[in-house]
Amino acid sequence: MASVLTNLFDGVAYGMLLFVLACGLAVTLGLMNFVNLAHGAFAMAGGYICAVLVNNSGWPFFAALPLAFAGSAAIGIVLERALYRHLYMRGHLDQVLFSIGLVFMSVAAVDYVMGSSRVFIKLPAALEGQIDLFGVGIGRYRLMIVVICGLLTLALQLILAKTRFGSRLRAAVDDPRAAIGLGINVPQVFAFTFAFGCGLAGLGGALSAEILGLDPYFPLKFMIYFLIVVTVGGSSSITGPFLASLLLGIADVAGKYYVPKMGPFVIYTVMIVILIWRPNGLFGRTAAR
Amino acid sequence: MTALTDVSSQAAAGARWRISEVVFWLLALACAFLFPSRYLIMTDIVRLGLFALSLDLILGYAGIVSLGHAAFFGVGAYSAGLLALHGIINEPVIALVAAGLVAAVLGFLTSFLVIRGVDLTRLMVTLGIALLLEALAERFSDVTGGSDGLQGIEMQPILGLFAFDMFGKTGFFYSLIVLFILFLLARRIVYSPFGLSLRAIRNNPLRAAAIGVPVNRRLVAVYTLAAFYAGIAGALFTQTSALASLDVFAFERSADLMLVLVIGGTGYLYGGLIGAVVFKMLQEFFQSLTPQYWLFWIGLVLVVIVLVGRARIHRSVLFVPNLIIRQFVGRKAVVVPESDAS
Repeated sequence: MASVLTNLFDGVAYGMLLFVLACGLAVTLGLMNFVNLAHGAFAMAGGYICAVLVNNSGWPFFAALPLAFAGSAAIGIVLERALYRHLYMRGHLDQVLFSIGLVFMSVAAVDYVMGSSRVFIKLPAALEGQIDLFGVGIGRYRLMIVVICGLLTLALQLILAKTRFGSRLRAAVDDPRAAIGLGINVPQVFAFTFAFGCGLAGLGGALSAEILGLDPYFPLKFMIYFLIVVTVGGSSSITGPFLASLLLGIADVAGKYYVPKMGPFVIYTVMIVILIWRPNGLFGRTAAR
Repeated sequence: MTALTDVSSQAAAGARWRISEVVFWLLALACAFLFPSRYLIMTDIVRLGLFALSLDLILGYAGIVSLGHAAFFGVGAYSAGLLALHGIINEPVIALVAAGLVAAVLGFLTSFLVIRGVDLTRLMVTLGIALLLEALAERFSDVTGGSDGLQGIEMQPILGLFAFDMFGKTGFFYSLIVLFILFLLARRIVYSPFGLSLRAIRNNPLRAAAIGVPVNRRLVAVYTLAAFYAGIAGALFTQTSALASLDVFAFERSADLMLVLVIGGTGYLYGGLIGAVVFKMLQEFFQSLTPQYWLFWIGLVLVVIVLVGRARIHRSVLFVPNLIIRQFVGRKAVVVPESDAS
């Protein structure tokens, strides 16, 4: 029983991590209908920024996390303004090719600069080991992830639902043309959101180095996971991707623990079945454009 | 009746062999005698060209964007490998067709999943199927040999006459002939009314349905056909290299394939073949520059191609050859990539 709960907790932590990693992608897809396979590259950038700061410059882990966010967001906004915005009106094939190109470049560049082996970030002693909660072993690090990601999710939900920016963003997602007609500067909203999504991915990358492993092939290895979160969750709200990430996290951890031989088989099958059943995602409401 | 004859005469006019095409195949054949020490890489190019041709059938003619075409390549490769390893079908040509048919069956079954939904769903489903098969191949490692791959494949002579030699000469001619036959078939198909209806579907599925084209049935048919081609390409891979390992299913293979086709241009059949030549040469060149980091340059090529615009690049590349052709043969013979699918 205890091990079931521990696994459940690990799954939740994993799922929340996936959500932070992937929610930026939901915006890119939902708002601009842009298939960005390079989203994982921003996460990797954040992870490596954090690793360099902590391991080489001796920064404390928690001070390096905001910088991972800021660094990835900065890279995101530069690329968005320089490259991405030219491709919003192109077909999906061009977008896929372009972002695969970016992934290849980032993989080789990181390999060149940082080496191809897996990187570990030195964690503060307070985050190591487990605590015992009513007989259920809970990893401190995972607990921290759940707390941070939970707070982030709440903050995102509040921003989307309560602030003026949030309502502009929602308007732009629902109908970009009408939003432009109402005087909302959609490209600006999008650029900002894109950068913010990249920042979140960077933060997620820094947090996930311990759990998912950080090496130059990160963007390729986890690309499918991010895409699953977004396609299964739908990109019309934030709740959809959130539930989808939790589902994916729990299913993946449970799958690896109980049927290790089946590997990722379960996840892919579930994804294909869901996409056949509901092509717009489990929680999607808008028809595909 | 007039409409029908119109369609067939249109199709026939398009299907006439152009001089540039004859030149292309003569050049391909000439390569075999010009570079006798390069059989292995040329075989690689021919295989890749066939594989890209198969993607062109669904991407260039039917507009299906697939990120998991390696699934069929892998199934073909493993089928050919298993058939040879267990001595079920010893004759390579029959084994080749059998492997292609296995891939076609898979293509037929999965086509119903793929034709549902829009671009993104298709991307995910095709990618998912390839990953699923990779996971399966890893899971049933007692059959597939796991990450070591199938070992000890020994190929029998082709038609009982031509044994595979270690320089890859037989392998090369074998691949080239298979490519040529399949190319002729593909050419026949895309210029038939069936091929024309596919193009109608690519340009506007709704309108195609409105004029009475059975959209879904056509898509299933072409997807199955493309799977058959990809399966043959995979089987050729196993037969000429005598190995099959998990990386036949890898995502990179599908991604590279897209690049090959995009370099060459979609929708005129030669795109995949030309793309394969350029891609392999680029790859060799980058690998000789930086053995470990060539992926970066390949990525850069992709990004640049997309940013500059595929159609524009093809126009500028074809400018000089077209000029020459125009001088000699007149306007009719100009090589035009018919259209670049978006």
